[in-house]
Amino acid sequence: MQEERHIAEGSLIELLSFSVGQQSYAMEIMSVREIRGWAKPTPLPHAPHYLRGVINLRGTVLPIIDLAGRLGLGETEVTDRNVIIVVHVGGRTVGLLVDAVSDILTLSSSDLQPPPDMRESDDADCIAALTIVGEKMIRILDLPALLPESDEEAA
Amino acid sequence: MSTSEDPMAEIKASFFVECEELLENLAESLQIIDDGQDDEETINVVFRAVHSIKGGAGAFGLDDLVEFSHSYETVLDQVRSGDLKTDKNALRLFFAAADMLSDITRASRDGTEFDRTRSQSILKELGELIGAEESNEEEEGSAAASFAPLTLRLDLPGLSEDAASDGQDAQVSEDKDPNDQEDTDGRHHYRIFFRPHHSLYAANNEPQFILRCLQKLGPTKIKADIDAVVPLDVRPPDSASIAWNIDLETDADLAEVQEIFEFVADLCDLEIEEIGAAQSDVARAPAPEEDMADLAPIDASAPMTTQAIEAGGTRDQNARTGGEEQVTTRIAKTVPAVPEGPAANPATSKPAQVQAAKPTETAGPKATVRVDLEKIDRLVNLVGELVINQAMLSQSAEQAGIPANSAVMQGLEEFMQLTRDIQESVMMIRAQPVKSLFQRMARIAREASAAIEKDVRLKTFGDTTEVDKTVIERLADPLTHMIRNAVDHGLETKEGRAEAGKPPTGIVSLTAAHRSGRVIIEITDDGAGIDRERVLARAVERGLVPASATLSDSEIDNLLFMPGFSTAEAVSSLSGRGVGMDVVKTAIQSLGGNITITSEKGRGSTFSISLPLTLAVLDGMVVQVAGETLVIPLNAIVETLTLSEDNLRSLGAQGFVVEIRGGFAPLIDLGVELGYRQVQRDYAGSIVLVIGLDDGRRSTLVVDAIQDQRQVVIKGLQQGFGDIPGIAAATILGDGQIALILDPVGLTRRHHAASVLENSLDRKVG
Repeated sequence: MQEERHIAEGSLIELLSFSVGQQSYAMEIMSVREIRGWAKPTPLPHAPHYLRGVINLRGTVLPIIDLAGRLGLGETEVTDRNVIIVVHVGGRTVGLLVDAVSDILTLSSSDLQPPPDMRESDDADCIAALTIVGEKMIRILDLPALLPESDEEAA
Repeated sequence: MSTSEDPMAEIKASFFVECEELLENLAESLQIIDDGQDDEETINVVFRAVHSIKGGAGAFGLDDLVEFSHSYETVLDQVRSGDLKTDKNALRLFFAAADMLSDITRASRDGTEFDRTRSQSILKELGELIGAEESNEEEEGSAAASFAPLTLRLDLPGLSEDAASDGQDAQVSEDKDPNDQEDTDGRHHYRIFFRPHHSLYAANNEPQFILRCLQKLGPTKIKADIDAVVPLDVRPPDSASIAWNIDLETDADLAEVQEIFEFVADLCDLEIEEIGAAQSDVARAPAPEEDMADLAPIDASAPMTTQAIEAGGTRDQNARTGGEEQVTTRIAKTVPAVPEGPAANPATSKPAQVQAAKPTETAGPKATVRVDLEKIDRLVNLVGELVINQAMLSQSAEQAGIPANSAVMQGLEEFMQLTRDIQESVMMIRAQPVKSLFQRMARIAREASAAIEKDVRLKTFGDTTEVDKTVIERLADPLTHMIRNAVDHGLETKEGRAEAGKPPTGIVSLTAAHRSGRVIIEITDDGAGIDRERVLARAVERGLVPASATLSDSEIDNLLFMPGFSTAEAVSSLSGRGVGMDVVKTAIQSLGGNITITSEKGRGSTFSISLPLTLAVLDGMVVQVAGETLVIPLNAIVETLTLSEDNLRSLGAQGFVVEIRGGFAPLIDLGVELGYRQVQRDYAGSIVLVIGLDDGRRSTLVVDAIQDQRQVVIKGLQQGFGDIPGIAAATILGDGQIALILDPVGLTRRHHAASVLENSLDRKVG
């Protein structure tokens, strides 16, 4: 997977790639705080379906978002092999439940392509860009778009 | 200073913090005078507080504050010199002026407006108190430290003229010269004495620049005073002993001259004296005055006896200053910071003694540190973590089968003890004495009694009891309400008291005390007590209780907390604004506390508030619902029951009510309400918690099992997922799992709202 690293002109970005529901995704590595194993969250009542609940991250209450659920890929069947990527986005820290973490990619920003306009697709809003690494298309997440606005969606 | 905003903002902010403290001292001392327990020092504290506020206000150009505090201090000065007696009327005015002063201070701080008509009327009254001619004289420093010039002083340049400290000038006759400060030709002639302290040099100030600035104002005669300078082999290497006498002729007024010294004012001995034809007036820069207020006890304890001492300059003191020497407060303060010279004569040790005596003085301020609240909260959080972590560690050690008597377990035990101690200490950092709160209440009581013409005295006990800062802040409103209530409803009218054979002045007492890990605050009045017949009649009239009901005394008392209940026949300006005791109760409950009443007819009533020491932990009941662990605040739970067929009644298609001693309470299945499981058909045998709602009604929550009752550390849920109805917060259990803390009242309300909605939908459909 790690062939074809473009360390060339243009600004370089580093991405963490991971898989969710058999698809490859990536996010900017600067948002990632840590990666940890799966821990059973405490469910929150009346929460959106993709909000799995909250876990104890060294004393902080950390909400866990099921990324597959959020992207409309169906809810993740959790096994011990799932991991939680803790990200810090827009002043908030949340955990994203994914299937597995794959790699760290260094790409030039010129390698990124804007996603085609596909309004009907559930997850299109959350994709910031697409890129090809090797044979695979990798979807780069728009993290702020993943999280619900402060006051909507909650009830 | 590099901030883009007003560089003075920070200094200003700390000035206002200081003002709060000074106002507190002011109110406290006035109270002492009111209680008749004052001594000579008390009035000095009052005076200094007002004076320091004026000084600071002048530096920041807060004219309203300066004007008011100036007039106030002028009057106080008269009291201090014994020209004015503090009779009841004067004291009432002083209290009013102190209240006004704090209003103006806050208004100046927040940039808001204050009641100018009231301030004017107080100023007028103050003026009347001392006679009209003094009233609005805006003569800088007239009330501060004016005294007859000592001719001696001019010949003794080394004399610290600051010696005319507060303790001093009270004894010196107060013959102020009413004449204008200015010379006939409009020029001023100042004599300035400037003695930098060591700290002035240490702060990288250069006296030379200051002297140059003075020269710019006009022709100067500068003479260095090196009398205090001693040979290098004697002088401690870092002491400062050079002083300057400056004669300055200038068009500039006193304020401009003072301005030059503005930034070094508290780092030096400074005296600026205007020399006129037949008058002399001394005014000092404001900042040193504040120092004096801080050091109040010193000059009170030894105003005359202590000698003027500058470290390292003591040898020829006697020769220089002769019989006129007096200690300046600042010297006394500076000396300990400067190493004493090897040739220190016995006199050198005197200020040290004075300094040592300071902590024993009751009014002496304790050494304190101002810390950002955020840092403390972080520490509180971390310690919370430590507690949880420690619990987890013990649990895993136990699971690993380590015997209880092993060294590991014993070590863990000690660790646990330490953690608890640390937690307690950290919580105490957030704690503050309730004194400031009580003082606000004293004001409320004064205003309330003035409004309805009852003589009331508020007595406070346990001022030093410490409570979490947030609790104190959030107690202010309910307490205000209760004090007003006590004055308005609790105490009888003057006639009523006379009839009952009570002294005309009603007593409301406010007590704070720690009791078994909680804070108890009691508001007691010596009024008529609760007229239970009237309360019951009113409750029946309002339909709050059925006419046939027989209620116990305490049940009747508790009717006062019902919403929409008010027994005051006439709505006075004071209370009866539709805000009842129910609001008080809700406020107290939201702090995790509860409130009870005891009352004896003819003898008075007591409202007792019991509060947790901190909001960071909560007493909770740990319960199990559908496999999830939840924590329910203990103060919401009235009782727990096991349901039987007898007290369970079905209502509607799916609803149930529980019969509890003649009343019905809705049955709420927590598991269903929180979406953990489907509705069950049969609740017989289930465990329910009976929840007391703020409106006096009850509801019942079905749980699967009650596990434990314990203190939990409250963790906020992250914002962003909105307010989850029925969930107040979260906590971390000993096993590291997160448990949600329920808000039973909110949950019930939501349940009611939902069922009302359902019903109305049903009706529409049907």
